[in-house]
Amino acid sequence: MDIIDRRPNPHGKNLENRQRVLTRARDAVQRAARDAVASGKLREVAQGSAISIPSDALHEPSFHRIFTGGARDMVLSGNKVFSRGDRIQRPPSGGAGEGGSGEAGEDGGGEDSFRFVLTKDEFLDLFFDDLALPDLVKREITATETMASSRAGLSSDGAPSQLDLGRTMRYSMARRIGLRRPKPEAVREIEIRIEALENESELGPEAHEELGELRAALALALRRLNRVPWIDPVDLRYRRFTQTPKPSTRAVMFCIMDVSGSMTERMKDLAKQFFLLLHVFLERRYKQVDIVFIRHAEVAEEVDEETFFTDPRTGGTIVSSALNQMIGIQQARYPASAWNIYVAQASDGDNSASDTPKSCVLLQSRILPVVQYYAYIEIVGSGAIIRGETDLWRGYRKVAEEGERLVMRQVAEKRDIFPVFRELFARRAEATP
Amino acid sequence: MSLLTTPLIAPAAGAPGLIYDGVDWSFETLRRSYDAIERIADSELGLDIYPNRIEVITAEQMLDVYTSHGMPLIYKHWSFGKRFVSHQNAYKRGLMGLAYEVVINSSPCISYLMEENSATMQALVIAHAAFGHNHFFKNNRLFREWTDPSGIIDYLEFARAYIARCEEQHGVRAVERIIDAAHALQNQGVNRHSGAKLMDLKAEQQRDRERREHEDRIYNDLWRTVPSTRAPAAFDNAGERRRRLGLPEENLLYFLEKNAPRLAPWEREVIRIVRLIAQYFYPQPQAKMMNEGCATWVHQTIMTRLHETGQINDAAYLEVIHSTTNVITQPGFDRPGGGSFNPYALGFAMMKDIARICEQPTDEDRAWFPDFAGNGDPVGTLRHAWSEFRDESFTQQFLSPKVMRDFRMFQLLDDLSKPYLLVDEIHDETGYREIRRALARSYDPSQFYAEIEIVDVDMAGDRCLRVEHRTRAGQLLAEQDARSTLRHLADLWGYEVKLIEIDPQTDAVLATHSVSPAKRN
Repeated sequence: MDIIDRRPNPHGKNLENRQRVLTRARDAVQRAARDAVASGKLREVAQGSAISIPSDALHEPSFHRIFTGGARDMVLSGNKVFSRGDRIQRPPSGGAGEGGSGEAGEDGGGEDSFRFVLTKDEFLDLFFDDLALPDLVKREITATETMASSRAGLSSDGAPSQLDLGRTMRYSMARRIGLRRPKPEAVREIEIRIEALENESELGPEAHEELGELRAALALALRRLNRVPWIDPVDLRYRRFTQTPKPSTRAVMFCIMDVSGSMTERMKDLAKQFFLLLHVFLERRYKQVDIVFIRHAEVAEEVDEETFFTDPRTGGTIVSSALNQMIGIQQARYPASAWNIYVAQASDGDNSASDTPKSCVLLQSRILPVVQYYAYIEIVGSGAIIRGETDLWRGYRKVAEEGERLVMRQVAEKRDIFPVFRELFARRAEATP
Repeated sequence: MSLLTTPLIAPAAGAPGLIYDGVDWSFETLRRSYDAIERIADSELGLDIYPNRIEVITAEQMLDVYTSHGMPLIYKHWSFGKRFVSHQNAYKRGLMGLAYEVVINSSPCISYLMEENSATMQALVIAHAAFGHNHFFKNNRLFREWTDPSGIIDYLEFARAYIARCEEQHGVRAVERIIDAAHALQNQGVNRHSGAKLMDLKAEQQRDRERREHEDRIYNDLWRTVPSTRAPAAFDNAGERRRRLGLPEENLLYFLEKNAPRLAPWEREVIRIVRLIAQYFYPQPQAKMMNEGCATWVHQTIMTRLHETGQINDAAYLEVIHSTTNVITQPGFDRPGGGSFNPYALGFAMMKDIARICEQPTDEDRAWFPDFAGNGDPVGTLRHAWSEFRDESFTQQFLSPKVMRDFRMFQLLDDLSKPYLLVDEIHDETGYREIRRALARSYDPSQFYAEIEIVDVDMAGDRCLRVEHRTRAGQLLAEQDARSTLRHLADLWGYEVKLIEIDPQTDAVLATHSVSPAKRN
């Protein structure tokens, strides 16, 4: 008989099989992931959590019989009151007893749904599976290379601020040991000894001799000390940097939302969904994503997330105020050379008539040249089925026709959000040249 | 394994001492428990077992073991991942407790013990699995005839390596296609009636591989273009054609492996792997009740003896009683889970009852079981039952009126043409025999799997495969599943497949399904 302790054996034997299930159920899992967004639970889901997929996606069929007609008998236990010939009401489920063979899997879809716990990465991979940043942006990213300093060893000259103290001292010590520079303590010891001897009233001949030697030694030590400096210029080492080109991997996302009186809570909620999606998506692509929330009515202000989404405001609408604000922040904090800039603007399309041309000019001349992508979402009131174009829409459309960096879509319902989002970022069929 | 012949316990210290104390186990106590159990199993019960291997595993590893049907290794396939995830979910949400042990029919007999078990539970499951199940595996006729316990681990190793190599060569997708289809058909992939044939898996796969390599070597596409000299008339005779193909054939996977025209050699081998593993598991459900009953009776008897001889203390014995009681609970028909018999409960009750009949028979027992009532040899009688019967015949032979009374068994007639269920028989003088017969019938292996046979192939024409399902009264195949399974069959066969469900009494056709294979390439 052997007793074997298997506990230290490698775990996770089934990881690969699990991966294969995921691959197999990819479509279903993807649908489930996207449903999670439609129900507005993106935040939680994106943390990596459970999704349920209908189990028929993973159904394993087999030939099995079901009881469809005629008669059958079964033996059961636990009879308390029945006598022969008693009649029992048939349970509503169709067959008698829970254990009747075959009923459970009568059809493939009848089983419970299948729960899957996905990691955040797995989830987002599936979720954004066929999405990509537009080609335009890809080109842009490779082009907007910034130079970054990176360490490139040491050099013996450089700016004092780049002095590598540790290194320098190491060389210094090696040199001091090599040239036998006496330690200050050793010199001090000799001096103490000489002093002690000098203070003695009577000195024997050996003591005189010793004093002489000590004085000679002290003179030698002091000469060495002076000749061999503590730190010599040859010890100095400086950190050296070279400039290496580095693709920019930072992104900033400007969320611009109209919070004027005409935007209802529902509209803001839709906008919020869109911003969230964009945020999660950009997070997948960039190491660092900054978000700037700008809300505007008649005047624009930068606010924090909480205020952005919850604090109600009323008033008229001047879009250009937000655009100006955005330009200001961008120039101050996010130079286009170092940042990928995305702008998402949500509005109901209302704007004061005189402001629209101004906004369009701003957009065209100052914003579009520096951003990667500008998405404009116009939220349509739920009541309006057919709705004329708003001023802002008309103005923006003209701009959009000229530059491909501006895209615009209308959104009416929550369920539109994801399709619109997908449309905006769908991987283009025609690949980059 | 050492065979101790000393009667009863003779520890070195003289008076029998406790083999462990408290709840914590160590490898030391495991070994002491094993030795003490072995002494009883050997000298008092006369159990005959395969060498044991006991492996201690964690909960996560137990989930892995569940996933691979208790096998220590298995090839990779998504369905195992699916099983793993659902077990894992159920376990994490507390819907499912893990088994204290899992044991497989192999030689050496591998028992997996959970590390969380207490010292008492470890002793109990050693008695249960390493002795009870082990004895049953080694001695029961079904297992003796249908499985080769010394070859299975090697075969699984071969299967895993082979399938991994196929995946490398032909891509995961191509292999998955074959395994999916073979899995769907695996219940129809066993030989049910070919009698006692010891399977030597290893030799068989070796020989088979050689044959395939030979075929591969001598294959020459040119021969295909040489005009056949045989007159096509030879195939016109349906009887002759069916004889040549070995039809009718109930083992669909075997037929496909040998005769499907469009499969590559490696695809045939993959089918064969699934088929042989299915064959290996084939006896298990047929003797589940007996197997569990045997193991439960063995552990209960051994643990009782350990207590009687002062090798475990009262606290440990109470734990034994508690856990055995949990295992052998039989909920009534109107309770959740009461729709069928708990194999542990019924099995244990019958084993205990047989032992009682041997030692203290009543007049009723003497009338029902004249051949062994009062023979004073409960262990011998049980050993005989364990080796020669399966659930169906065991129930038919050994279910006593007392057990039927204890379980308060009754028989229901479910006639769909009537709006009610009729209580047909209850446990009284007139009902015993009918209830026993009906219960035995429910363990008939033909209950588990649909009887499906390949009856004909149109070799000369469109190569359509004709499959027949011989229905049982009122039981057709679940249609949606039947169609998807049939699609898998057609996929392997490569041409159209027609499934006809007939009434075996009248030969009337009850349903027809026809499926063409999905386009390949």
